Amino acid sequence: MTSDLKQQVRQFILDNFMMGSKAEVPDDASFMDRHIIDSTGFLELISFVEQSFDIQISDDEMVPENLDSLNNIERFVQKKRAAGIPAGR
Amino acid sequence: MYEQRFGPEVLALDCAGETARIGQWLVDSVARLGRRGVVVAISGGIDSSVCAALAARAFGRSRVLGLLLPERDSSSASARLGRQVAEQAGIDYLVEDIAPTLDAIGCYRRRDAAIGVLFPEYGPGWKSKIVIASGMGGKMHYFKLVVQQPDGTVHEKRLPPKEYLEIVAATSFKQRVRKTLEYFHADRLNYAVIGTPNRLEYDQGFFVKNGDGSADVKPIAHLYKTQVYALARHLQISEEICNARPTTDTYSMAQGQDEFYFALPYERMDLALWAYNHNVATAELAPHIGLSAEQAKAIYADIESKRRATAHLHERPLLLEKIALDLMP
Repeated sequence: MTSDLKQQVRQFILDNFMMGSKAEVPDDASFMDRHIIDSTGFLELISFVEQSFDIQISDDEMVPENLDSLNNIERFVQKKRAAGIPAGR
Repeated sequence: MYEQRFGPEVLALDCAGETARIGQWLVDSVARLGRRGVVVAISGGIDSSVCAALAARAFGRSRVLGLLLPERDSSSASARLGRQVAEQAGIDYLVEDIAPTLDAIGCYRRRDAAIGVLFPEYGPGWKSKIVIASGMGGKMHYFKLVVQQPDGTVHEKRLPPKEYLEIVAATSFKQRVRKTLEYFHADRLNYAVIGTPNRLEYDQGFFVKNGDGSADVKPIAHLYKTQVYALARHLQISEEICNARPTTDTYSMAQGQDEFYFALPYERMDLALWAYNHNVATAELAPHIGLSAEQAKAIYADIESKRRATAHLHERPLLLEKIALDLMP
């Protein structure tokens, strides 16, 4: 089952990179292998993820394991959020 | 598929033969276009210097007009070297400072406003440039803005897409205003405009559409940059030009082309592109460009990715229906 977070990113990708297409973007599909994003798209995706989920992505975090599929983005955002919430809250 | 052994010698060029071949092609092409000569903008860099020298040889000095088009951020050497090239080739040339036009159209103001979003203190006396960085395991690029305070202190930040696009769009006024002037002079003289990209730039989309990408003839677009340097030496272009590293001469801080766009310095990028074009295995290419086979594979991926990302720059306007226009002789 797909999460809200993945659905939000999927909709962003469909609206911005695929002109509102109804194409399938499976949870585990690599954006790069499918040529869904180019370099400018990559910058847009990072800005979207940072703003939508209130996280900062450092240069060394810009790796496929964190950003190159809906699954990877979800896992990464959850990890960042967990790390950003102080213990005891 | 190549049959010779792969190495730097694959880029060897018969310079005398190539000079004659390009010269004949230039004359035939300009005649086919119904023009009487050529305009060439001379930046003081290797590509435009070679094109000016080739044109002077092909058409004779009286049918070539050189244009020197400096602006506020041009290196101080550009105009001096440009004059040197034109004078050595014996062609007429004009100098037109495009800074007032760029000022009027908002080139500097729009660029500086976008820079100010990241560095609010950016102002007079500061300098800037954009540098390329690699992410996603080398498969994606992004850009950083580097600024230099008047006291020399340097800062850099990753560029968000909006500001990146804004800065590139603003600085592209430079190439587009230059091309507007080139076509003004070409039109008044009934000349053709020479475009000066080398193969690396043409193939990898390193040009501004309707800016330096626009031209009637592109006489060195088939030559690797290494070959352009060889031709420059054959044409006796000055050592200062032949020994200079390629720059963009577009940003106020000095900026190498490999810093802004290409993954490797041109000597190695040329070899990689040749190897890619001739299906050389990455393991065979790797030692010649000082990389591992895995890294060479990433360079091939980079070549493909840049071709994909810039394919639209080569496109003519798309039409809904095909229209037959078979008028060229």
